Amino acid sequence: MSTSTPSAPSVVAPASYEDAIARYEPVIGLETHVELGTASKMFCGCATTFGAPPNTQVCPTCLGLPGSLPVINEAAVRFTVMIGLALNCEIASWCRFARKNYFYPDMPKNFQISQYDEPLCTNGWLAVEVDGEVHRVGITRVHLEEDTGKSLHVGGTGRIHGATHSLVDYNRAGIPLVEIVTEPDIRSPELARAYVDELRALCRALAVSDVRMEQGSLRCDANVSLRPRTAPGEPPAPFGTRTETKNLNSLRSVERAIRYEITRQAALLDAGERITQETRHFDENTGRTASGRSKEEATDYRYFPEPDLAPLALSREYVEAVRASLPELPSQRRARLIAEHGFSSKDLADMNNAGVLDLVEQTIAAGAPAAAARKWWLNELARRAADATVTPAELPIQPVQVARIVELVAEGTLTDALARKVIDGVLAGEGGPDEVVAARNLAVVTDDSALSAAVDAAIAAAPDIADKVRGGKINAVGPLVGAVMKAMKGQADAAAVRALLLERLGAG
Amino acid sequence: MTEALADVARLTAAETAAAIARGELSAVEATQAALDRIAKVDEAVNAFLHVDTDGALAAAAAVDASRAAGEPLGPLAGVPLALKDVLVARGMPTTCGSRILHGWYPPYDATVTTRLREAGIVIVGKANMDEFAMGSSTENSAYGPTRNPWDLNRIPGGSSGGSAAAVAAFETPLAVGTDTGGSIRQPAAVCGLVGVKPTYGGVSRYGLVAFSSSLDQAGPMARTVLDAALLHAAIGGHDPRDSTSVEVPVPPVVEAAQRRDVRGMRVGVVRELSGDGYEPGVAARFDEAVAVLAELGAEVVEVSCPHFDYALPAYYLIAPSECSSNLARFDAMRYGLRVGDDGDAGAEQVMSRTRDAGFGPEVKRRIMIGTYALSAGYYDAYYGQAQKVRTLISRDFAAAFEQVDVLVSPTSPTVAFPLGSKVDDPIAMYLNDLCTIPANLAGLPAMSVPAGLSEGLPVGFQIMAPAFADDRLYLVGGALEAALDARRGYPLLAAAPGL
Repeated sequence: MSTSTPSAPSVVAPASYEDAIARYEPVIGLETHVELGTASKMFCGCATTFGAPPNTQVCPTCLGLPGSLPVINEAAVRFTVMIGLALNCEIASWCRFARKNYFYPDMPKNFQISQYDEPLCTNGWLAVEVDGEVHRVGITRVHLEEDTGKSLHVGGTGRIHGATHSLVDYNRAGIPLVEIVTEPDIRSPELARAYVDELRALCRALAVSDVRMEQGSLRCDANVSLRPRTAPGEPPAPFGTRTETKNLNSLRSVERAIRYEITRQAALLDAGERITQETRHFDENTGRTASGRSKEEATDYRYFPEPDLAPLALSREYVEAVRASLPELPSQRRARLIAEHGFSSKDLADMNNAGVLDLVEQTIAAGAPAAAARKWWLNELARRAADATVTPAELPIQPVQVARIVELVAEGTLTDALARKVIDGVLAGEGGPDEVVAARNLAVVTDDSALSAAVDAAIAAAPDIADKVRGGKINAVGPLVGAVMKAMKGQADAAAVRALLLERLGAG
Repeated sequence: MTEALADVARLTAAETAAAIARGELSAVEATQAALDRIAKVDEAVNAFLHVDTDGALAAAAAVDASRAAGEPLGPLAGVPLALKDVLVARGMPTTCGSRILHGWYPPYDATVTTRLREAGIVIVGKANMDEFAMGSSTENSAYGPTRNPWDLNRIPGGSSGGSAAAVAAFETPLAVGTDTGGSIRQPAAVCGLVGVKPTYGGVSRYGLVAFSSSLDQAGPMARTVLDAALLHAAIGGHDPRDSTSVEVPVPPVVEAAQRRDVRGMRVGVVRELSGDGYEPGVAARFDEAVAVLAELGAEVVEVSCPHFDYALPAYYLIAPSECSSNLARFDAMRYGLRVGDDGDAGAEQVMSRTRDAGFGPEVKRRIMIGTYALSAGYYDAYYGQAQKVRTLISRDFAAAFEQVDVLVSPTSPTVAFPLGSKVDDPIAMYLNDLCTIPANLAGLPAMSVPAGLSEGLPVGFQIMAPAFADDRLYLVGGALEAALDARRGYPLLAAAPGL
């Protein structure tokens, strides 16, 4: 250290991600692959069920046997048009499939039928909200293609290097896949994550995919580059060299991988080094990305129009019919829920994250006030679901039953504490709320004689406290309330008990 | 008995089917006659890569049983057929004339195969061919060349040379070939047969192992125009499994073959498909045939299709480009040959070793050309430009068909050439397809019909028609055939050596 000359460039790694983004602006574009939930594959009639035994959902076409030919799945086209319309895209009136040629053992034909310069949908956008601020992310294109098979490397670590042999499952080969490419509009890992989340909600609302990232039915590649931040009023710096991190398969991975790339690239730029344009892989265990193949030695895919398929010519009528069939989209729904029920954006985000938004809406539809429906699902029932490691929707309680419980509380038949016991009973399969109330005898006791006796007993059992209250120390009544509630096994309204005690003690 | 069966083998398909329908001949006898003839001559001809004796006799017996049960029979029921080995059929291997598919038994039937079976046509075996249909002489087969029955030292044409030789050698009355740049018409021409490339989209490609998807078309090969029409009608028509198959009925080809009337038809002689490059005997037979059509009442005019001069180079970019992609699947991973899987080699090495060992030189040449033509930076100059030429050729045809009903030319510039004479000169070999390629590029139907002999070898006469006007081929071809047979006193094939 002491020998270092002052003129030598100092290699200073950024202390942190925060340090990196203080000086560099990240430029992020995402390519997302969504497996469509069609009943059959893209170009043949094979089933698409996830998890079937290997190579049981195959035929000459998806195995690429000599002589086989593809036929376009109409449902896949319709689903893609739905996605395109929901993303505010232009839908091509005429487009073609193209062959993407490269050799890989899990590609039956050694070319993938995809789309190249004539995608089905172009030039759209998706509104994404982060911390109350709405960003419009540009959509470059949405195109349709077929998935490949899946290689399983046996022996060694399970990766291809060091494996003794490989097995290929072609069940996935030919499953329709939609690729959605954004403009390089995204400026933060949080927005990238929120974009994927919103896209997932969109696909779920459209019912075009089960969008399960952990099963690979939604996977994401992130293109990341950095450029120096410039002072306000100055023109922005040109884009830097980008890297592409492949196959991010959770929302968390999307955010972490991009944060890591930003930090890594900032360190290189600070050190005066250049970013290599390359493909990188994200390791979920270490949280780091590692270099894959370099783009410079990338395959020339030799795209050309797929001669086995006629061009796809969608009529205006077809597109308009698809547009008319679109269900309510997540953004439209949020606007409606805010307007109709007075929820805040945060409420909606919380309910969405907890997986209870649909249930809350159904509970409201069954007659419950919005705030109460939100409260019960978001607090009590979401916790119960988590405890039971199921989704809230999988709990054995119906929104209409929750609405009835809310109603019983509102009319004074149940306290919140009793309502929880009713929920216990419903979840335990003891019947609907009214049945559980009857069977467990849970209703708030309004019978004056029983309550009166309990109040007298409590006063008699604690004369000291009773005296204090009589003497004006009204807050001292708490233990007496507790004693009465205990005697009543909780089936009394605590506020009513308190009032009764104070009245009896002449302190009301 | 042997004498009688030998005669059976020389019957046309229509005659065979009629005899079976009348009960004068059983389908099993007809099939046995074909099998016997194959046993007798095919060692010399090498038309077949595989003979399915048991399957053929079983299929024939089923036809006989149907007839015995009083069920209606199709117009070709019980007729033996040779299926080009590029179309898959269960129960028989499919090699495409290549080592790389050696021993592969397809688990499904091509639509053409299904329709043949449904028609009661008896598939006796798989016919030899240039590897993956690339060639004009059948010398590119990995399983040895087929020989021309007219002269065993000459080529039978290609790539459907096995199909052509089987029919010309009286092994089967019918064959199915495929035609990407002339592969039905040129072998039909040099073997003295009728061969038809239907309109693109007229016959399903499902189960046809693709060479060049936008050009390939299966079609009939037969000894007479009527037989070709009957087979065309049996295999043609829309197939939902082939997206390029067109949803129109098969044109009335059988009726046209029977009517064979050219009175009032306008026949256009293509100026660009005549001149210096044609053997004198070929040119003479062509001119005579045109004169016959005029005598029969057709109006003959000369038309120009200026862009036909660019057809050959455009074809030799488009076809190799598509082939480079279509043949990528032969990689040793799922079926066929596997070479070099020594336990240490990775998948890429095994693919590479297998493809090196499994493909012949012509296939490799075309894969290389096609890979280059599709490369980034060259696509526009080669593939893109070739597609533009293709459009111009289609426009030439459209303009010509404003003036005439059919276009005519010689099928091939030469008669059958000696084996081995062009194998080392790909360009000379490619020139065989000069006249046939335009119809493939434009997707139009075309027929080769015998026009007579030149120095003892058959010459073909090509007829081209607008898309889905395939019936016009049969009107003209049928009329020409009848007139030439009448003038000669016997069908051309009767002049073929007895073997």
